[in-house]
Amino acid sequence: MSDSFVPDFTPASHGQSLEHLSRPSLSYWQDAWIRLRQNTRAIISLYIVVGLALFTLAGPLLWQVDPALQDLNQISQAPSLPKRALLADPYERWQPIILDDFPSEPETDMDLTLLTAPTGVDTLGEPTTQQIRLRWNPVVGAGGYSIYRNQHVPEGLNDLGLPLATTLGGNEISYEDRLNLEQREYYYSIVPTDGFDEANSYSTIKVVPTIAITREEAIHRGLIEADSDIQIGESLSLRFHPFGTDYLGRDMLARLMQGARVSLFIGICAPFLFVLFGILYGGFAGFFGGQLDSLLMRFADFVVALPFLLFMILFKIAFGIGPGESGVLPMLIALILLGWPATARLVRGQVLQIRNNGYIDAARLLGAKNSYLIIRHILPNTMGVILVTLTFAVPGAIFTEAFLSFIGMGVAPPTPSWGSMCNEGVKTMLSHPHELIFPALFISVTVLAFNLLGDGLTEALDSRMRSR
Amino acid sequence: MLAYTLKRLLAGIITVWFIATATFMAMHMVPGDPLMNDKAVTAEIRKNLEIKYGLDKPVTEQYFIFMGNMLRGDFGISFTQQNRRVNDIIRDHFPVSATLGLLAIFFAATGGIIWGALTALYRNRLPDIIIMFLVILGISVPSFVFAALGQLLLVNINGLLGFSLIPVAGWGTFSHMLMPSLVLGLGTMALLTRLMRSSMLEVVNEDYIKTAKAKGLSPLRIFFKHQLRNAILPVITILGPSIAAITTGGFVVELVFAIPGLGRYFVQAVQQLDYTVIMGTTVFFGAFLVLMVILVDIIYGFVDPRVRLQ
Amino acid sequence: MKNCLAMLLLLSFSGPIWAQNKATSVNFETQTITIALTQEPPQLNGMKATDQVSILILSHVMEGLTRYDRRGNIVPGVAERWEINDKDATFWLREDALWSDGEPVTAHDFVFAWRNALKPETASEYAFILYPLLNGEAINKGEMDAARLGVEAIDDRTLHIRFERPTGYFDKLTAFVTYFPARQNFFESRDQRFGADATDLLYNGPFQISQWVHSASLRMTKNPYYWDRSNITLNAINADYITADTRSRLNLFIDGKIVSTELDGETYKDALTQRFRIRRFTTGTVFFLEYNHRDNRITRNLNLRRAIQHVFDPDEMVNKVLATPGNLPGKSLFPVWLKGKHDKFRQEYRAPEAPLDLNQARQYLAQAKAELGLATLPPLVLLVGDSPTAAKQAEYLQGKLKATLGLDIKIDIQTFKQRLAKMTAGEFDIVAAGWGPDFDDVMTFGDLLTSWNLNNRGRYNNPAYDEQVRIAMNSADPAVRMDAMGKVQQIVFDDAVILPQYEQGVIYLLHPALRGVVRRVVGADPDYTYAQVIELDQKD
Repeated sequence: MSDSFVPDFTPASHGQSLEHLSRPSLSYWQDAWIRLRQNTRAIISLYIVVGLALFTLAGPLLWQVDPALQDLNQISQAPSLPKRALLADPYERWQPIILDDFPSEPETDMDLTLLTAPTGVDTLGEPTTQQIRLRWNPVVGAGGYSIYRNQHVPEGLNDLGLPLATTLGGNEISYEDRLNLEQREYYYSIVPTDGFDEANSYSTIKVVPTIAITREEAIHRGLIEADSDIQIGESLSLRFHPFGTDYLGRDMLARLMQGARVSLFIGICAPFLFVLFGILYGGFAGFFGGQLDSLLMRFADFVVALPFLLFMILFKIAFGIGPGESGVLPMLIALILLGWPATARLVRGQVLQIRNNGYIDAARLLGAKNSYLIIRHILPNTMGVILVTLTFAVPGAIFTEAFLSFIGMGVAPPTPSWGSMCNEGVKTMLSHPHELIFPALFISVTVLAFNLLGDGLTEALDSRMRSR
Repeated sequence: MLAYTLKRLLAGIITVWFIATATFMAMHMVPGDPLMNDKAVTAEIRKNLEIKYGLDKPVTEQYFIFMGNMLRGDFGISFTQQNRRVNDIIRDHFPVSATLGLLAIFFAATGGIIWGALTALYRNRLPDIIIMFLVILGISVPSFVFAALGQLLLVNINGLLGFSLIPVAGWGTFSHMLMPSLVLGLGTMALLTRLMRSSMLEVVNEDYIKTAKAKGLSPLRIFFKHQLRNAILPVITILGPSIAAITTGGFVVELVFAIPGLGRYFVQAVQQLDYTVIMGTTVFFGAFLVLMVILVDIIYGFVDPRVRLQ
Repeated sequence: MKNCLAMLLLLSFSGPIWAQNKATSVNFETQTITIALTQEPPQLNGMKATDQVSILILSHVMEGLTRYDRRGNIVPGVAERWEINDKDATFWLREDALWSDGEPVTAHDFVFAWRNALKPETASEYAFILYPLLNGEAINKGEMDAARLGVEAIDDRTLHIRFERPTGYFDKLTAFVTYFPARQNFFESRDQRFGADATDLLYNGPFQISQWVHSASLRMTKNPYYWDRSNITLNAINADYITADTRSRLNLFIDGKIVSTELDGETYKDALTQRFRIRRFTTGTVFFLEYNHRDNRITRNLNLRRAIQHVFDPDEMVNKVLATPGNLPGKSLFPVWLKGKHDKFRQEYRAPEAPLDLNQARQYLAQAKAELGLATLPPLVLLVGDSPTAAKQAEYLQGKLKATLGLDIKIDIQTFKQRLAKMTAGEFDIVAAGWGPDFDDVMTFGDLLTSWNLNNRGRYNNPAYDEQVRIAMNSADPAVRMDAMGKVQQIVFDDAVILPQYEQGVIYLLHPALRGVVRRVVGADPDYTYAQVIELDQKD
């Protein structure tokens, strides 16, 4: 610890200690910690984790939208700028136009080729997402009319689009469409029929509805004040949905935030717990070997072979989860009870490989106890495998939770979770991909965080990786 | 070796017995039974049905009857498909699932080993990053998405070509098996890639590798002779149960690709509470799993001589 | 390899409309078509079959006394002509009705089959459809021997039937699978395996099963012994794919492998981009919410049910939640297609509708609370199955009732058997239910909510309702029956016994070269019996 400068080749004198330590000696764990702090991957993963935590905890405070609020006029909207809507009267049931002075069916059998395309196809009133009303002129000899709707200009009789309805008589010359109307171009085609078969002629009209909202709804959603003097026909701005809406018109961002709680809780706790259990179990089995190993591994096989669905149903009943209640804790327990064998098996395999290494024998000769051997030597060397299972356990737990909420365990509707949002999103994968992409993205990010953390930890902990 | 195998087989039989018992009990504890259906039947008919199927006896007696039958190899007749014996169901459909599963494992194993090795050898360079990105995508996206996308891909390829190059669904020829087994093996492939990577990384820096390089051995030789054998143990550990899991869990793939495999029966039996099929498939898969694990443990000894099991 | 796969996957996202691929699902020269089934038929024994797939196959390979024509009318099948009175009926069978082994179909075959279906040991779930026969119910309950059934073969070609009560619509019943014939010596030779494989059945219908690979495929070929074979054009119907996944079947259709598939709320959009012709059809099933009327349940309170009745908008449910064309808003227990006296039942007896009145509904709710003595109502349990559409509809209802009435709904998702167990035990407040017609008469819906019907899971018990149904059951006069059913409809509305949601419709695709396919509400659906493959010009 001397600070004075000693020139080279000067004979040393007694009492001078020349070997000095320039910084404190590091234990294995301290060294690992330092390496971890400097590791880029670990740092990135830290940022991601912090980001997710903020999203989950602080998000709902900043974005105060009710995740359960349904808006059936904005189903499955892609992310976009806030739309404008027209204030409209509440929907009132409408009677179709049926002419008195026109026959409802032809008197004699009509030749289908004589039925002409209807003329005068027009909308009645302003077309909105609440309703689109059409009328047309009757066709002589018709026994009814079929109405089709498409989203592009029809190119022929086979391309008329969705068959919406068929009116029951030649004198019913109007139709009201309320089927899932969005603000886009619609092309309606009217085809006359003879009461049974359709003719080969049709007329098309293009209609673009505006989004409608009633006064009550607007107040309910907090878009206007209760005493606002906004008039029917004026437009107001709808709520902004940065991530779009889901299949019942609920805000995706709010649902993602609420779903984060469940998914991250399950996705982090469950894997940690069952990996921990798996490590202990597999470590024991591998280290002690022999009969104990056999017994423990047979039990692990037993657990794996049990039919998963059946036992989940049983757990649900055993834990007495009431209908519609969120059984998160029982599900956690169930996941742990059925998820540990894979880790246990892997760890055991590693331990079997490691325990025959020279340094283990050496340490034992030095007098190390078993617990020391396990903690100091064996475990760090199994880190690689453990971290891999951890990375894979996370999405596995999230999707198992989604599957379980299908059968009634886990979170009850309307509470979302990322996994169940994925399940729902898959159905509309091709037409509304945003419903699948966003939850899947969040799951991927979480998995990425764990992956990077795992890599960082491996580099920090594993002695073999350090010697580079 | 022989004594070891025999001991393991005996332990395996006991394990299967435990599996059967636990499943039997669980099955009877769950509410509902195979005789309930959408259209309710009168009490008399129900009574008759119970007597006919032996469900009127106390559960313990049913258990012993079942055990007796099982030892004779008779799993009874399915409740939902009332003219098919469970043995026939397993015999007809297991080979399909097995073929699908083995092919999937083959894809998963070769893919996993190759990609894993590549990421380890090119650590932190472009191949590593791309492959790891795909691995993460592969495990973050649920398997039914891949099944749907895979089928869609085939439809588009066929449409582009104007004729059906690869069938989009069904079973029968080798080209029927390609896409389903690929989709089925994806998850395991991702896991194996990751495992292989981490164990390869450990091996790559070992001294004996440096020695081999110093001796002038070609990288390929080093890979096959040294790195692979040392790194492959975790892969083998997973492979055993993976085979069993993939053969069971092919439910989604079998559904989407209209494959007459056993996985569908496995899941539907639980939904329908078809007692006989549940017991038959569970016991069969349990035995299959146990066998696979035994096989894997024996292979351990060959691959890594340092591992002594006694 | 993985990179290329990713690239191709990305390509497939662009929703392409590549050239139509050469279809192999229809063949004009051989008059063969390929279809897909939704599941493996569990039961091809007509006496026990209950599910749609089995009924589909059986209706093609076998035939009863009567059958349906293209427009849904009853026409002669095995029977040439018949006479139905109040007390009895006689059917005269045709000479050339043969089994697929060349033997004639005799009246004894019907006697045997009907007796067998009613035997308690057979445990047929559709045994109740044979109850109009004299002693049918008693035999099914084990109180009488099957030989005392009111049906008798006067000779090989004459069948005489005695009724328990007047059944004017009996000819419609005889078209149903449970009434199909079976030959005694063949049945007994099969030793419990009747209907288990293609060789374990005798066929008297337009087709016969030539090959059945379980869970994989089922092939039917034209039956050379069928009496009307000159009118059957198709030579083979091959069900080469069995899968329940709608998207998978759509992919098979696009790939030209099957002739028809049904579309759901999502796959129809893909069909639109592919420019296929979409067709619409109402299946005839009514979906409703059933309340629990047992003593200890809140839903027993009439005002509560009325409150819900006045806020629920079936139009909104059909148009926004289900969002596929073809569904009709549910207004009544009786669907629109049922025939009444001369016209449709719903035209002669208009379904009463509750106005959507929020204030009125809230008043009813307040009254309900007062009557129950509760300031706030505890959450109601809504029992649903585990299908994805069920969950969506349940969530919609949950949001709706919360927003309008402030009612809390807890959604209880249960898998199939557990749900049945709960329904039987009455462990629910509201359950999502549906009912499909078994035969083409108002009675198939009318007796659903009687106190003796086991399918009345909510245990609704109203003597006035029961009485009207009895009147309809015991009369053969259409006017009397329809009036009684009209009153039943009114009772269901006044008492808000159930909450009708929608009448199911489907949209589907059909290969343009296939004509003559009939979609039915009752019976085989789709019916390929009179279908034919025509030649199309190259422009598809």
